[in-house]
Amino acid sequence: MPVITYREALRHAMAEELDRDPNVVIMGEEVAQFNGAYKITEGLLAKYGPKRIVDTPISEAGFIGMGLGASMLGMRPVMELMFFSFYSVAFDQIFNNAANVRYMSGGLINCPIVLRGPANGGTNVGATHSHTPESIAAYHPGIKVVVPSTPADAKGLLKSAIRDNDPVMFLENTLLYGESGEVPDGDVLIPLGLAKVMREGTDISIIGHGRAIQMALKSADLLKEKHNINAEVIDLRSIRPLDEETILASVRKTNRVLYVEESKPFCSVGAMVACLIQEKAFDYLDAPVMRVNSVDSPAIYSMPVEKLQLPTVERIYQSALNVLK
Amino acid sequence: MSKKSPSPKKADDAGYNARTAHINAKLGHDELIALYRDMVRIRRFEERCLRSYQAGKIGGFLHLYIGQESVAIGCVSVMGDDDHIITAYRDHGHGLAVGMGMNEMMAEMYGKYTGCSKGKGGSMHFFDPSRNFWGGHGIVGGQVPLGTGLAYALKYQGRKGACLTFMGDGAVNQGAVHESYNLAALMSLPVVFIVENNGYSMGTSQERSSAGPSLAQRAEGYGMNWDIIENGYDVLEVRDKVDRALKLARDKHLPSVLEIRTYRYRGHSVADPDTTYRHKDEIETYKATKDPLMFCQTALLAEKVLTDEIIAKIDESARAEAENSAQFAEASPFPTVDDLQKDVYWEADNPADRKSQGTLFFN
Ligand SMILES: Cc1ncc(C[n+]2csc(CCOP(=O)(O)OP(=O)(O)O)c2C)c(N)n1
Ligand SMILES: [Mg+2]
Repeated sequence: MPVITYREALRHAMAEELDRDPNVVIMGEEVAQFNGAYKITEGLLAKYGPKRIVDTPISEAGFIGMGLGASMLGMRPVMELMFFSFYSVAFDQIFNNAANVRYMSGGLINCPIVLRGPANGGTNVGATHSHTPESIAAYHPGIKVVVPSTPADAKGLLKSAIRDNDPVMFLENTLLYGESGEVPDGDVLIPLGLAKVMREGTDISIIGHGRAIQMALKSADLLKEKHNINAEVIDLRSIRPLDEETILASVRKTNRVLYVEESKPFCSVGAMVACLIQEKAFDYLDAPVMRVNSVDSPAIYSMPVEKLQLPTVERIYQSALNVLK
Repeated sequence: MSKKSPSPKKADDAGYNARTAHINAKLGHDELIALYRDMVRIRRFEERCLRSYQAGKIGGFLHLYIGQESVAIGCVSVMGDDDHIITAYRDHGHGLAVGMGMNEMMAEMYGKYTGCSKGKGGSMHFFDPSRNFWGGHGIVGGQVPLGTGLAYALKYQGRKGACLTFMGDGAVNQGAVHESYNLAALMSLPVVFIVENNGYSMGTSQERSSAGPSLAQRAEGYGMNWDIIENGYDVLEVRDKVDRALKLARDKHLPSVLEIRTYRYRGHSVADPDTTYRHKDEIETYKATKDPLMFCQTALLAEKVLTDEIIAKIDESARAEAENSAQFAEASPFPTVDDLQKDVYWEADNPADRKSQGTLFFN
């Protein structure tokens, strides 16, 4: 299987969908001539031309709303947010319009739009550029939310998101863009709402999403090495829809859960998953569900401290030991 | 994709006569009568809505369009089959103008399942995509990027037509509106932005909310054409100027901004006591001199197109239609709790075609 980067995987997904469906356009700031602020769209303008690959002014509310209006007429715009953090400038368009138009029209309209871009900290760009809005997004019925952590998932999930008839928020990670992995060639889709068991285990379920999963895998290695603990690691990949079955099956097997994610703790995805587990698998739990989140403050700039604000392999490792105590 | 617009300009009004304008000169009696009738239908319908609201049958807000009928009717009457329309929450007039039925609109306001949105949208959120009507939007200015996007799709897909994108005078100060102006001009989109300037955004007069010489002239900053329809009560003047703007949009992909001066007779919503920010005299003077229905009626009587008999008939039939719609709404069922989670996700509503897995709803 070819090994490519997460960045290339995203690009391949878009190129394949551009080839497949003339209603797909890529739009955003610097996506065309500049080749993408993070080079995700590099080469697409040259290949597909300015009708399909569209530079927009710095006007998130305007161009996201415009993409949404176009989606109501059957286009499938893939909107790049240079940083996902800038979604807040378009909040009304996303959460009043994209999320609600279908409902308020009694199902007469649907909005097949994708909003994608990097939603992560850890790059020393300060609080304004480091938001992780997956729980805020998933809070809204009508919106779907996807957070891929591997190149293969990035490609397969983006292809599914583009073909989806509902609005999808697709949260990437700049720190993963350069990571490589095996990605199947061609038209391989990964359905939204299907979690992936990244590592099988019997002693504890480390469940999470995003880049924290990559750390969890390393923590799981440490747990095995140092304590002969077999941790199961599950990447949700998709937040809404959510693969409850895979979560609950793992809980029933291991009886212990640690949720890992980069978001802040209050009302995070982990909080939601913990709630679901105690509702649906309470009797299987041998310990409280614990969480590893970013430290609860705005994202700090200072380089060494920012690393510690985010989940770390060490913190996940220690928290897992606590759950197992 | 971008194409330079010609230098912005306001239409030249010297010696203007709406009745003899090309689009109006050819109107036959039946068409003229239909314009009048359609305005009467809006007014009678809304008067009936008001009674239902006062009787506690309609919830939330009720933003009446009374006084502005010539705007929706004038604009929609020059739309072709390929043209599209989107507006804000004061949307009853636009709904009737595009051909939605009083029944489905009244039922929507009653919160009934037979409503145009199955009781899920309410008075502010009417939609009828089968008639190219894309709502009905409750957030001031929020629909303007959507209208721009409808125009984007028309152009992208190589379709004919343009999108009439309505907003109130209060919306012009929203950032999303300016972003839309810029995008429309930059990308040469087939859109006509229509500012229905009824003088007030809630209790704030236009002078107290918007800087600059006129609302439409802001288009100049974006290199767009613009015009002001001073006599917005004259359905024929509305038709003519909107028709010209639509042609520019359709044929040349030139967007423009039209400010239509109009007036609302009722409070901002029916809940507004309407006593703090304007004088009764102002309302009465407008009604007496510029009422769109009276203006049209007087002109058509003088032309002998209308007769007292026809006027009475139109009135009677509009009242009956409105009354029937209230009875229809009253007799209709409410949606059920089971309907709450329908029409949220396309996939949930189309399980046979669902590609995703997992839980979409969490209770
Ligand atoms: C973003 C936003 N802010 C405030 C409101 C509350 N509000 C509803 S209508 C309105 C006045 C708008 O006036 P205008 O645009 O002139 O439209 P009109 O009511 O005159 O038709 C206000 C303040 C809202 N719905 N949305
Ligand atoms: Mg107003």
